[in-house]
Amino acid sequence: MMAVVDTIGAPKRFIDASAVAIATLPDFANDTTELIMLYRAMVLTRTFDAKAISLQRTGRLGTYASSLGQEAVGVGLAAAMRSDDVLLPSFREHGAQIYRGVTLKELFLYWGGDERGNDFAGPREDFPNCVPVGSHAPHAVGVALAFRLRSEKRAAVCVFGDGATSKGDVAEALNMAGVWKVPAVFVVNNNGWAISVPVAKQTAAATLAQKAAASGMAGLRVDGNDVIAVRHVVAEALAAARRGDGPTLIEAVTYRLSDHTTADDASRYRDDAEVSRHWPDEPVARLRNYLVKSGIWTREKEDALLHECGRQVEQAALDFLATSPLPLTAIFDQTYASMPADLAEQRDEATRRAGEDP
Amino acid sequence: MSEVNLVQAVNLALRRAMADDPRVIVLGEDVGIDGGVFRATDGLFQLHGENRVIDTPLAEAGIAGVAIGLAAQGFRPVAEIQFTGFAYTCIDQMLNHAARLRTRTRGRITCPLVLRAPAGGGIRAVEHHSESPEAMFAHIPGLKVVIPASPARAYGLLLSAIRDPDPVVFLEPTRLYRAVREDVADDGSGLPLERCSVLRSGSDVTIVSWGAMMKEAGEAAERLAEEGIDAEVIDVATLKPLDTATILDSVSRTGRLVIVHEAPLTAGFGAEIAARVASRGLTYLLAPIERVAGYDTVMPYPRTEARYMPDVERVIAAVRRVVAYT
Repeated sequence: MMAVVDTIGAPKRFIDASAVAIATLPDFANDTTELIMLYRAMVLTRTFDAKAISLQRTGRLGTYASSLGQEAVGVGLAAAMRSDDVLLPSFREHGAQIYRGVTLKELFLYWGGDERGNDFAGPREDFPNCVPVGSHAPHAVGVALAFRLRSEKRAAVCVFGDGATSKGDVAEALNMAGVWKVPAVFVVNNNGWAISVPVAKQTAAATLAQKAAASGMAGLRVDGNDVIAVRHVVAEALAAARRGDGPTLIEAVTYRLSDHTTADDASRYRDDAEVSRHWPDEPVARLRNYLVKSGIWTREKEDALLHECGRQVEQAALDFLATSPLPLTAIFDQTYASMPADLAEQRDEATRRAGEDP
Repeated sequence: MSEVNLVQAVNLALRRAMADDPRVIVLGEDVGIDGGVFRATDGLFQLHGENRVIDTPLAEAGIAGVAIGLAAQGFRPVAEIQFTGFAYTCIDQMLNHAARLRTRTRGRITCPLVLRAPAGGGIRAVEHHSESPEAMFAHIPGLKVVIPASPARAYGLLLSAIRDPDPVVFLEPTRLYRAVREDVADDGSGLPLERCSVLRSGSDVTIVSWGAMMKEAGEAAERLAEEGIDAEVIDVATLKPLDTATILDSVSRTGRLVIVHEAPLTAGFGAEIAARVASRGLTYLLAPIERVAGYDTVMPYPRTEARYMPDVERVIAAVRRVVAYT
């Protein structure tokens, strides 16, 4: 049974851009603690984002993909997941990773160019970021198939951008997921832009949720700047997956307020006016305004939260910067489970040259 | 002990692996009720059902990608690609993901999968069914590349490939699938992956090859023996990781090396073997290293392929040149 089949209508939304509740809220949204957790995670994500960019600008971090303006997609979907579900992210889901327990230090390590950033101490089965766009979608099918074969009530959540929906890997994965009815949820983080190419040049389809139809799976659109809506629709899709009702494709409509990465200059292809038009929709202020209107949030709480997030992020950055790079031997040691003879020779030569202990 | 051909040996190994280990899953196009287009998976579906022998949609990159997801979750998927000509779309998945999940995650997520595919020409098939892409896979750090050349080695090497904790590309020489039969003990014994097999001892020249070309290499050695040239014949079997020591040891005794492969000459895997012997065994060499390989052309259609692929005469001519070299 498909929960929602409206692949072309207006995105599902509970809180509008002026922070007014326009529909009956899902149960969790009546729980103040839950709302504050969502808000806190988005603020922490944005704080991390700003620090990552400043570290990159000062030569202490590699090229970084900002999630500015898209925090509700990652945080909302992660809040809907159970800890033993598996996340297969693209490379802009810092919010989801933080919510699921990837540490800020691990994120800094990853973006700072250290493989240990992918050795998550928390969500041990979550996949690392997928940089070749959309090529992780079939992995999600395999992970979800594993759950089904073992009769586990777990699900895989795969996130990719609007550009990825043009890829063959995604088409193959959606098709297979539909045929096998695996417990997977695919979330399209539609931020409007694949580097310099807008969605209108990416597809002639009216929406990206429509891509679900040909795969025989449910598809729906959600306001990706309404964290309550994102969490709600992903939770429903996960419940359907766990019931054996098969996969869902969710198009979360948001906007990339940043450049594509720190190596990009969006002013080459995108009007500032367009970006300015989207700022009033951004998700963090929307939830904050809603919390304030609801009497849940105050200036004092806001200041305390910003201070706490800043402190955590600064400490994580210091921890990252204090971490010595991996020894050169490490790149050899993890190429195979056991070291082939010819690779051992290369390892010895390299470590001698680098003056490291073999 | 029973006498089987190479594709039956593959089938025996799959049966054994599935019986021994519930984590082993077979997936691919037509591998289920049809038993695979070459019958490599014949009977597995009837034995183990659709949850362990999975007919996939027609999507090669997806097959490799799904296998990666299954492997990351602790299964031991054996994915079949019907022909290597269709395996190129899998290279992205194998290179960007299967081969490097271990190193990217510092060992947190690993990828114990096998990608099987028939390889090579000589079966009079339509275009794209006769490729020898082993060097492309062998160039990828983190992958292992195995090519059996006999039923017994197919059985033992495939079992080891399935049990290996890392991704293995297992290329089966299509031309040999039903060419020879030999006794294979279905005892569950694997053969070591990082080991060349010396099939024939000799003192005058070392002929190194793999896959279907072992047939030409062996026949050449027999013919050369009649004219008094004593050739040692080595089946590389596992291209990556390469057992350089066995090849160097042989060349240290023979002083001459002829490498035979069906794939195109330039940047073929023979170049890697030649380079290793040249850099570490130069003083053993009494003659230049010869490579007998496919030409640097597109694999021709079947009416021409027999003249494209190295034959016994080309191997013999190369051996005569290195033996006569002064």
